[in-house]
Amino acid sequence: MKDMNLTLKIWRQKGANDKGKMIDYQVAGISEHMSFLEMMDVLNEQLINSGDSPVAFDHDCREGICGSCSMFINGEAHGPVKGTTTCQLHMRSFKDGDTIYIEPFRAKAFPVLKDLVVDRSSFDRIQRSGGFISVNTSGNTQDANALPIPKQDADLAMDAAACIGCGACVATCKNSSAMLFVGAKISQYALLPQGQVESKTRAQNMVAQMDAEGFGNCTNTGACEVECPKGIDLSNIARMNREFLGGSLKG
Amino acid sequence: MSVISADLFNNVSHFMGTNPVVQGLLQPILIFSVVFHFVWGMYLEYQNTQAREVKYAMYKGSANATWMSRNMIISGLAVLAFLCLHFYDFWIPEINVKYIQGDMSGKLPNGDYRYHEELVHKFAGQPIRVSLYVLSFVMLSLHLLHGFQSSFQSVGFNNSKYTPIIKKLGNIFAIAVPAGFVVVALVHFFAH
Repeated sequence: MKDMNLTLKIWRQKGANDKGKMIDYQVAGISEHMSFLEMMDVLNEQLINSGDSPVAFDHDCREGICGSCSMFINGEAHGPVKGTTTCQLHMRSFKDGDTIYIEPFRAKAFPVLKDLVVDRSSFDRIQRSGGFISVNTSGNTQDANALPIPKQDADLAMDAAACIGCGACVATCKNSSAMLFVGAKISQYALLPQGQVESKTRAQNMVAQMDAEGFGNCTNTGACEVECPKGIDLSNIARMNREFLGGSLKG
Repeated sequence: MSVISADLFNNVSHFMGTNPVVQGLLQPILIFSVVFHFVWGMYLEYQNTQAREVKYAMYKGSANATWMSRNMIISGLAVLAFLCLHFYDFWIPEINVKYIQGDMSGKLPNGDYRYHEELVHKFAGQPIRVSLYVLSFVMLSLHLLHGFQSSFQSVGFNNSKYTPIIKKLGNIFAIAVPAGFVVVALVHFFAH
């Protein structure tokens, strides 16, 4: 395929207090083999050479592992390819002459810091409120493998732990709900004996923090599951609901 | 039932309309549940709209979720509007006759039961009302197509074996029950 010429409509916002707006850019000579972020690098080089400010965006590993990249591309979190982060999205998914909308992940709990960079520290605060197990690490800690765990539970816990906390679930949910993220973080402990010790309070504390951050409510549209780059499924939200209701009844 | 037998409909209507358990216990529970459902639903919808202050320039909701799941507030408000019409048509006159005028007989001056005749009177030769009823039950069907199976997920029931069955049963329920009410309105409109 010959190189592509594209029109990019990108959200530009100078800072957290700036109003921000969509601005059009033209990029030429984009190879289908480039990743989406490499295409953004080409644009930024073009902007810097012309004396403009480059587009700020989050990225780190560029291997689909870290969860840093967070673009909302053509109306979908991480773009049109399922099970893929923005950094693993390639330009072969687009064609010459396309117009591509690029926006930050939007939610009140994810305030925009600059351009496409959002503050996702609300996820960190939710994690700190209960996403851990309390173990004495004085040197007498029991070997984790000493506890036999059913294979199915271990597999489900590992599936839940695959969540990279990118925030695509929040970005794509029409309600900006964080329940898939919180459900995954609760599930990875709820399924293991080490995590069940604090299960009564974990869901209560994490849900309370999630609500305090201003995320919306889950109406089970299932959009989060479809757009999650790591395939976290809705059963994790159901497990969170069970843990929460169970904790509520225990008082 | 009103389509099958006028007598059966009259007898069941009179039983339910005068039974103290139905009238004094089940009816208040039903009214409270419905009011709680739509008030709480609208409050949650308000919270959800507040959770995203700046909207996307492009948002492909249809790429990852059904229309029904994304528009429960629209189908819900349509059903609520229908409930207002239904109360105006049936419930308020019923309360008036029974508890204000004090007539618990359920009879017309000629001695026949009034329930079936009142029902037919509402639909026969009333194309606008019948159209509104049909449209409302289509909206109810859309509401239930998502709402039935969603309610199980909300209380934490998600099982690889039983959830697909619940979804199928939910779809049957969401289509069959509203369709039954549509049939009642259409039969009495065309038959009289």
